[in-house]
Amino acid sequence: MNSTLSLLAVILALCLSAGVPTARALDANGQIEDPVLQARFERITKDLRCLVCQNESIADSNVELASDLRRQVREMLSAGKSDDAIFDFMTDRYGDFVRFNPPLEPKTLLIWGAPFLVLVLGVIIIFRVVRRRSRMPLDDEPAPGSR
Amino acid sequence: MWKFLLPFTAFVALAVLFAFGLNPKRDIHALPSPLIGKAAPSFSLTDVMDPNRAVSNTAFKGQIYIVNVWGTWCEACRQEHEALLVIAQQQVVPIIGLVFMDQRDKAKQWLEQLGNPYAAVAFDTDGRTAIDWGVYGAPETFLVDGQGRVIYKFISPMTQEVWQREFLPRIAAARRAGA
Repeated sequence: MNSTLSLLAVILALCLSAGVPTARALDANGQIEDPVLQARFERITKDLRCLVCQNESIADSNVELASDLRRQVREMLSAGKSDDAIFDFMTDRYGDFVRFNPPLEPKTLLIWGAPFLVLVLGVIIIFRVVRRRSRMPLDDEPAPGSR
Repeated sequence: MWKFLLPFTAFVALAVLFAFGLNPKRDIHALPSPLIGKAAPSFSLTDVMDPNRAVSNTAFKGQIYIVNVWGTWCEACRQEHEALLVIAQQQVVPIIGLVFMDQRDKAKQWLEQLGNPYAAVAFDTDGRTAIDWGVYGAPETFLVDGQGRVIYKFISPMTQEVWQREFLPRIAAARRAGA
């Protein structure tokens, strides 16, 4: 009974903290205290490319620019900014390349469409091969006109 | 027909891909700046030489100017410094320096030893101005027109050749447009 109550209290606290940005979201070391914000922070920083070491995310990178950008994300989260607002902030400054998940738009159509293009191409090739083979005589059947 | 056409098309496609992708002249780290054509982010920082003196690009509003981002940790910045000194002597447009990820004393020493081509040198203490300008390395050089818009960004050490080929025509065009 007691544990159920405390669990409820925790859930309530989490729900409240998710909606209302608190002034105390960052502790003395500039780290995020709230676990919900921390989860968002981890998700966002994993999707942002470190432009110095281009195949690492700013969550993984140790270079100074990455830590400056992590600080930026932390501050925007604690100020109650939405995920989209943070991504927009980054792409306004660094371009779409800063995101590991580029948005779907005319420019990026080929990136998103390529897998489907290859799939269609593969289906066409298989279809042609199968059709040709089905017209061939079976091995154990003598071809017409032979012998 | 297909037996010939398919491998041939694949070959041409790969050749085109490699011609672009493996071109040694193409710098894979040079990314297009989304700032081009947009208003230059304003900054208000302190001078490298004197922490009590303010440096802001709003003071240069209405004229064409260059923002050159550098740091003493950056070997390529040392490379381009000579070219910047020569360019500054021509007095075509003012060059504002922006030092980031650095220590003030080191930057000061650098300018005293190598010479100072800058109209002013701003010291970005916490890297926020660099983020606003989308800086991800050094050297980076921005050209801002009389309307306060970023019209060009060059990523790599500045040279006389780059100055004449990329900057001077754009400055001339911006002057014509502004006049």
